[in-house]
Amino acid sequence: MHIAKFILATTLLFIGVPAMAKDTLVIGISQFPRNFNPNIESMLAKSYILGMVRRPFVVYDADWKLRCMLCTELPDLKKGTAKIKTAVDGKKSLTVTYTIRPDAVWGDGVPVTTKDVLFTWKVGRDRRSGFSNIEPYERVTKIDVHDDKKFTVHVNKFTCDYRTRYSIGVLPAHIETKNFANPAKYRIRSAYETDTTNPGLWYGPYRITEVTSGSHVVLEPNPSWWGKKPAFKKVIVKAIEKTSALSANLLSGDIDYIAGELGLTVDEALAFETRTKRDFDTIYKSGLIYEHIDVNLDNPTLKDRRVRRALLYAIDREAISNQIFQGHQPVANGQTNPLDTVYDPHVPKYSYDLVKAKKLLTEAGWALLRGGIRHNTKGDRLQFDLMTTAGNKSRELVQQVLQSQWRKAGIDIRIRNEPARVFFGETVSRRKFPHMAMYAWISAPEGVPRSTLHSKMIPSPDNGWSGQNYPGFANKAMDKALDDAEVVCNGEPNKAIWRNLQRIYAMELPALPLYFRANPFILPKWLKGIRPTGHQFSTSLWIEEWQVEK
Amino acid sequence: MFRYTAERLFQSLLVLLVLSFSVYGLIGLMPGDPIDLMIQSDPNLSQADAHRLKAIHGLDQPLFHRYRAWLGNAVQGDFGYSRNHSQPALDVINERIVNTGLLLGLSLALSLAIAIPVGIYAALHPYSKTDYAVNLACFAGISVPPFWLALLFIILFAVVLDWLPAGGMATVGDGGFLDRVEHLILPVVTLTIASVGDFTRYMRASMLQTLRQDFIRTARAKGLSMTRVVMRHAFRNALLPLVTIIALSFGRLFSGALITETMFAWQGMGKMIYDAILGNVYNLALVGLMFATALTLIGNLLADIGYVWLDPRITLSNRKPAA
Repeated sequence: MHIAKFILATTLLFIGVPAMAKDTLVIGISQFPRNFNPNIESMLAKSYILGMVRRPFVVYDADWKLRCMLCTELPDLKKGTAKIKTAVDGKKSLTVTYTIRPDAVWGDGVPVTTKDVLFTWKVGRDRRSGFSNIEPYERVTKIDVHDDKKFTVHVNKFTCDYRTRYSIGVLPAHIETKNFANPAKYRIRSAYETDTTNPGLWYGPYRITEVTSGSHVVLEPNPSWWGKKPAFKKVIVKAIEKTSALSANLLSGDIDYIAGELGLTVDEALAFETRTKRDFDTIYKSGLIYEHIDVNLDNPTLKDRRVRRALLYAIDREAISNQIFQGHQPVANGQTNPLDTVYDPHVPKYSYDLVKAKKLLTEAGWALLRGGIRHNTKGDRLQFDLMTTAGNKSRELVQQVLQSQWRKAGIDIRIRNEPARVFFGETVSRRKFPHMAMYAWISAPEGVPRSTLHSKMIPSPDNGWSGQNYPGFANKAMDKALDDAEVVCNGEPNKAIWRNLQRIYAMELPALPLYFRANPFILPKWLKGIRPTGHQFSTSLWIEEWQVEK
Repeated sequence: MFRYTAERLFQSLLVLLVLSFSVYGLIGLMPGDPIDLMIQSDPNLSQADAHRLKAIHGLDQPLFHRYRAWLGNAVQGDFGYSRNHSQPALDVINERIVNTGLLLGLSLALSLAIAIPVGIYAALHPYSKTDYAVNLACFAGISVPPFWLALLFIILFAVVLDWLPAGGMATVGDGGFLDRVEHLILPVVTLTIASVGDFTRYMRASMLQTLRQDFIRTARAKGLSMTRVVMRHAFRNALLPLVTIIALSFGRLFSGALITETMFAWQGMGKMIYDAILGNVYNLALVGLMFATALTLIGNLLADIGYVWLDPRITLSNRKPAA
């Protein structure tokens, strides 16, 4: 068979037949979705595949601008499609009006209508349905239906993210109503799990035509799709968990493209790129994954702001980024990404300055040097435990560099790593790390970091370990900035709040910022039109723009 | 024989019961749970969502209550639902068991087909150059990490030579017999290389020991040819230790080969059980592990019966000999 292939290829080469059109695109990702229901459990692999087969109401595009996908116009306070109502007690509520695209239809030809929206709201409000995040559904007090396409949502609380927060994952009422007869069984009986290839579940450029659990998903063009026709007659998304096998599959031609959202890490991509530069293009896109070190502020030494600043001055993050990641993972100056519209470029920055670090430590009482390690007058050693997820090669590498850099300032670092499950499930979430914990946060554009920075979000036994303010950061000015950022939405007042928020973060350092993680997209030379976004909306939402270069 | 078999089956049921409780308890004692991890990767989820989702999945109940409920359903044939696959646990296992059985069955057959003749040959020519070469190859096979070997094969046969597919179980949209065979070659060869060394070493040692026995010397003294001595007298006796090893491997046949399955994206039991344990999918992990244990127990029972066939001096009885 291979001899025949060889003869055919050689013949074609000599007679000069033009290259055949590429009808099938095989994408490699490192994870397989656990389910396909858009509202049950958020998972990157699922979001990636669903991006090709359905469209949210509102998304951030590759330029980080809000765009309507299923709606005709973004709700806007100025245009009156969003209105704030103030009750007698001063509480602000909100109405948001959406119009579904008139040409929007499910894959079986049934129009997407307000009936579907009402049904989705009904399922979302039911606490037994298994939806992962029901807060947006519970905040909605009423939905006014104007006609088949136009509806107004009444929300009991006003927040600035109203345009994305109520962009619900609409479900097909004509298929799912019977599956919701017993709400407690909905997550098992949903057609998304029992009849995944039903065309009526999808309304994107493609629809799912085959699912082999754990292995691959096949997508074919959706004849009912209202937008630009996609270029490929078939898209196969293959799950290959081991990244070494993933890159070998790319080299062998078993897959065409490794998606950046769920592919290689930067160090793996750099190694791959040096071997295969001629055959593939690599796009590195940094985004909202914020690598940082949480500092336990209950520790008396770390409670001292001078020590935290010294820790940051003593590490050369620029060198780490350049040496390990060849500059593809930019240094973070805080938790707000420079690509975000709310970013303040004048936020205080901490460049590498060992002299300043040593001075701050001396001021903080860590002046005596014994065996290269600083001690205080009581004879205590300046020693911290630095924890992270065991087995994460990039983090472990960075951890070792940090250890050696801190050593130069007289700080002794003990590395103590744990499996991700223990680290996140117990150590970080129960605030059991004694000093420092290195990991990443994922946020959204213009997302207010309330859960990670507000003093009410410090996990403790009293609040059932709720909240994600793991450092234990309590700062009244920060609390006010967070509260204000949620409700002051436009113009200079909004900018001033975000400036203040970022300044407090940089001055107080509840966490030590490291860098924004980058996703490497490894594409064949002929595949064009992929624009990595850097945020939670994946590139697959624009798959109809992907083209084969002739 | 019947009484012995019945007693052993009853003992096996007890072992399975104890095992199910142990596995359930051990998974439950692992720190964190999948809902905690879900919150970590989704900034929109609150602790209230976590409490609600834990209640939906029954993770808020005490461990023993959950186990009791699972056991009650399991004895009625309901082994629960796999959260990792959004399918009933038994359906997931049914899909995987065939894949794993095929992969590991072929690998075991190939390993034995190589190990038995090579082991016998090495035993008949001890300390010869061939024997040293066989030993060297065996140790190399035992020592080489399957992960590295799999990657090497993928690069060599799929990337450089382009002879075989790099992974998966079939080409999407093809799935014909030859296509499936092509997809089987690399994982089967990887597994075979990893296991053939052990079997060869066992076979060689066992045969070597048997050849030193008095009855072999007697057979040779009677004037029987070496081939006849080996095949009729030595081989049957030398097989006893190998039967034990094969019996112990029987459970492994269906519990999968985690590394090989992961490297070749093979949808088998090993990867499934591993993911189920890490993801706290009790139903799937329990059924998978119990199935593997049951097969190991059955394998041992069959081995005991096999001993009787191979060596007529052995009888099966639980009765203690009279003093």
